[in-house]
Amino acid sequence: MEAFGLLLHGFAVLLTWKTLVLMMVGLVLGIFVGVLPGLGGPNGVAILLPLTFTMDPTSAIVMLSCIYWGALFGGAITSILFNIPGEAWSVATTFDGYPMAQQGRAAEALTAAFTSSFIGSLVAVLLITFLAPMISSFALKFGPPEFFAVYLLTFCSFVGLGREAKHKTVISMSLGLLLAGIGMDTVSGNLRMTFGSPELLRGINFLVAVIGLFGISEILLTMEERLALRGHAASISLRVVLGVWKDLPKYWVTLLRSSFIGCWLGITPGGAIAASFMGYNLAKRFAKDPESFGKGRIEGVFAPETAAHASGTAALLPMLALGIPGSGTAAILLGGLMVWGLNAGPLLFVEHKDFVWGLIASMYLGNVVGLVLVLTTVPIFASILRVPFAAVAPMIVVSCAIGAYAIQNAMFDIWLMLGFGVVGYVFKKIGIPLAPFTLALVLGNRAEDAFRLSMIGSGGNLGVFWSNGLVGFITTLAILLLFWPLIDRLLGRVGGRRRAGTAAQ
Amino acid sequence: MSQTDLEIVVDDPTAPEDNSPSVVSSGTVEIVVCLLLLALAVTLGTDNWRTGASWDSTGPEPGYFPFYLSVILGGGSLYGLVVALLARRTVSDTFVTRAQARRVLAVFVPTLLFCLVTQFLGLYVASFLLISGFMRFVGKIALWKSLLTAFLFTAIMFVTFDIAFDVIMPKGPLEAAFGR
Repeated sequence: MEAFGLLLHGFAVLLTWKTLVLMMVGLVLGIFVGVLPGLGGPNGVAILLPLTFTMDPTSAIVMLSCIYWGALFGGAITSILFNIPGEAWSVATTFDGYPMAQQGRAAEALTAAFTSSFIGSLVAVLLITFLAPMISSFALKFGPPEFFAVYLLTFCSFVGLGREAKHKTVISMSLGLLLAGIGMDTVSGNLRMTFGSPELLRGINFLVAVIGLFGISEILLTMEERLALRGHAASISLRVVLGVWKDLPKYWVTLLRSSFIGCWLGITPGGAIAASFMGYNLAKRFAKDPESFGKGRIEGVFAPETAAHASGTAALLPMLALGIPGSGTAAILLGGLMVWGLNAGPLLFVEHKDFVWGLIASMYLGNVVGLVLVLTTVPIFASILRVPFAAVAPMIVVSCAIGAYAIQNAMFDIWLMLGFGVVGYVFKKIGIPLAPFTLALVLGNRAEDAFRLSMIGSGGNLGVFWSNGLVGFITTLAILLLFWPLIDRLLGRVGGRRRAGTAAQ
Repeated sequence: MSQTDLEIVVDDPTAPEDNSPSVVSSGTVEIVVCLLLLALAVTLGTDNWRTGASWDSTGPEPGYFPFYLSVILGGGSLYGLVVALLARRTVSDTFVTRAQARRVLAVFVPTLLFCLVTQFLGLYVASFLLISGFMRFVGKIALWKSLLTAFLFTAIMFVTFDIAFDVIMPKGPLEAAFGR
């Protein structure tokens, strides 16, 4: 119940006119970003981050997280009305959402999408409210070896569980970790990999890289495609909303199942994309008449949207409690925390109570306000798509440049952003995943510091990572996950042989 | 429900044709990228070796962690190189078609010029030139619309960042003439 009291305190921090206005601004910008092709959650947050540099951390995070919620809501609009998923995690929403719009049930589909997004986030926020303080107080006992083990676990699970070719994940991750090491070494004060360049002395800023990797490269990718679109315009009447809400209890199993999948995949680095597909597929498998999916069934909208939002929100749990982001956007928010001088991790709950509980309260409030906002303003946002991309693209480029420059007031960073834009474009096209790169870049220095501090503590004995039950368990789990594909194949072979043996008898 | 009768239709007259010939295959790009990454790994690896990549009395030296990362990166790209070379015998996917490449360059080149102009004339002038030029020449949008949009957007950015939020952008002679 302590959490409840602190949460109420969080609401008190939040309920000022200034914060509420920032929240609305954030949501509107977020929906905007989610609807526009070539921009998504991570880019939106990264580009708009500089706006918050002069704010106090609480207002800043409220605005940024609202941009994130807005982007999550916005993705659904284009998938349903135009059959264009604004985000990868909205792909599954198009399966049934667009057929519904074609049948003239666009308003119904949109209401279903927004409502289920809201439910998914709410479940995940509840989880954060009660679990995050527990995890963080547990993690307060962590020393450097435990932290390194947790970082290792994060990295290894990306390699072992990711769907991309393993060597490509390894390349992406080691490159990120290497680039994070450029500049001044925090432990010894030596310069590393700067090659005498004063510009590299500062190191490669994580946010500059993200703006290039996601913002610029996304513009290049979007231009490759045919940008013509035709879709349905819809406005939502109160009658439709109430009609959908009245039917909600019928789908409680689907909603609950998807929320659970979303929370689970959000905390582990599986991500919202996997969650939305899994939510959809499971709903289809458990349905009495799976054939009716894909032809405009409302459950086919509920399932992926709930899972995607639950996952997107739950990704903030490990970021807040342990300082390890569960998604690309969470990684960028983490980068933001660093800019404002806050150190994410267990100490955050002790040292910056106002900030943490303000943020958690803003998740509740932001989702409620967001739901009302999208339900009432869908027609306006749908018409944004009438604006030609030739006008939008250069504006995004300018915003990216402003964002990149503002972080360190360096012209070099604008060039760096352009370089990362090209890298991101090429990597995406040949299937090198960008998420491990982002994660490695933001966690690189912390992981290295944790490793070196543990080594200094133990006098160079690697056994420190197995020195007690907890750290030993995490390290072993990390190594198991790293080799999971091999182990899985081995187990499959043994199982297959045994089955073959019993069949022979 | 009659609300859905309204349709939003946006055309894309300059869309890349579907039957455009391939410029380069994914396999070739993969080989080039792996070679570049390998070169990067060797460069960074030697630099870290120079810094010191072994253990001393206090623990690992500064170059230790990045040195072994360069080894991993090198190994990963070498493996990728072998895989890509082996896959070359089979038919490879298209990395980019000629029509797509033209469109991508139509964004990339203006962006490159924008960065150059920003360096010398400041961000706001560059932003006005980029938006108006891009809308007019790439988007084929009416000149007055392009100029007006570019001016409004640049002005809004200037007011938001320079005046309201005090985030200072690179500026050039034009801003200096106005005393900002």
